[in-house]
Amino acid sequence: MTKQQANWSPYDNNGGTVVAIAGADYCVIAADTRMSTGYSILTRDYSKINQLADKSVLASSGFQADVRALQKVLAARHLTYQHQHNKQMSCPAMAHLLSNTLYFKRFFPYYAFNVLGGLDSEGKGCVFTYDAVGSYERVGYSAQGSGATLITPFLDNQLKSPSPLLLPAKDAVTPLSEIEAIDLVKTCFASASERDIYTGDKVEMLVLNASGIRREFMELRKD
Amino acid sequence: MSRFEESAPARGGFSFDLCKRNEMLMQKGLKPSSYLKTGTTIVGLVFQDGVILGADTRATEGPIVADKNCEKIHYMAPNIYCCGAGTAADTEAVTDMVSSQLKLHRFHTGRESRVVTALTLLKSHLFSYQGHVSAALVLGGVDVTGPHLHTIYPHGSTDTLPFATMGSGSLAAMAIFESKYREGLTRDEGVKLVAEAICSGIFNDLGSGSNVDVCVITKGKREYLRNYMLPNPRTYVSEKGYSFSKKTEVLLTKITPLRELVEVIEGGDAMEE
Repeated sequence: MTKQQANWSPYDNNGGTVVAIAGADYCVIAADTRMSTGYSILTRDYSKINQLADKSVLASSGFQADVRALQKVLAARHLTYQHQHNKQMSCPAMAHLLSNTLYFKRFFPYYAFNVLGGLDSEGKGCVFTYDAVGSYERVGYSAQGSGATLITPFLDNQLKSPSPLLLPAKDAVTPLSEIEAIDLVKTCFASASERDIYTGDKVEMLVLNASGIRREFMELRKD
Repeated sequence: MSRFEESAPARGGFSFDLCKRNEMLMQKGLKPSSYLKTGTTIVGLVFQDGVILGADTRATEGPIVADKNCEKIHYMAPNIYCCGAGTAADTEAVTDMVSSQLKLHRFHTGRESRVVTALTLLKSHLFSYQGHVSAALVLGGVDVTGPHLHTIYPHGSTDTLPFATMGSGSLAAMAIFESKYREGLTRDEGVKLVAEAICSGIFNDLGSGSNVDVCVITKGKREYLRNYMLPNPRTYVSEKGYSFSKKTEVLLTKITPLRELVEVIEGGDAMEE
């Protein structure tokens, strides 16, 4: 008599791709707006990007119910921090908080693939990339989600990220200008939506720099 | 007693010899093949002068698009075409095989092929493979007996219908057909309806996409409209373009001759002595 397996899963994958690129004085965070389940589209107009603090923006793909829950937890913790310290959380501090929040649920994880982008205390762009249980690293650029395997090799080729094994530690940010970085992101999403069925509809791009936050949309393939 | 059963002659009809073996395999952990809903939208409908077939052009390998513009409407005979959903190798192989068989049959009989012939050949092949040949087909054509449209399922069952859809996008396409189909459509109305049904599959089903292929078959004529509609152009092309610099560095170049060049001297005395 074989053991009966559970045929109900608490998780579902709503698909989508998120990308972030850090520049010398800016950060671009982008995500597509398609939310899907199985072979169907739930909506073409869903934002996967959430601003946690004035200089920290979180983009997450995966199971959006878990992503929503995670965003709520982080927002509550950020509010507490503001009450206790009378200032906003810096991006590196938020990055560490996100890591701890994810590891807290190590044995029933948030099915969320996160990329945190923003400006550090010196005003330089920073991008932190995570796995589902909180392992994180500061990098110059990152892609997560269903189209990540298509986008990452292209970014590796274009942004020539230095290996973290090289000493002395080279700066992780890209020398590209803001316009060039946005062009790169648009190309990444246009190409990913050609070959990944879960990426498409629209791409939402947020650009953080010293003057504030700017939001841009671009149309993608709808098939 | 079992030895006596084995040596008894075959009495015709379906042979159940392999059922015991299948049971034994299942006990050992072999899972029976299940019907896979596949990434495709294929449709067919009967209009006043014949049949119209339609298909999308996306071929997927799981979540990745393997081919953005493949051909899913296969030639069977000059008056019969077949759309295929399922494993691409299976649909290609089975339609090519039956197409060859139909050609030989045409030589043998001296007559135009009939749709029911193709139907019987396909369904008996698929049934004998018990669903392991994963091909879901929409077969349509016009012969001496009139226009015909059939669906064929991987296990070998068939339906004869005035309008049909198959593949993962079949529900999206059938929604359009059920709302807008009526008997006695004209050619233009029929093509427009087929294109609309395929577009519904393309935009609402993630397993289908790219372009619309249409095939119109009437008495004595067929029009294969490859890429009849291209509703998904590339969304963004960077103006400046991208360069991919060579990342490999040449460390050392060494030429090793494989064999010493031997010169042949004509008219020499080399062989003597």
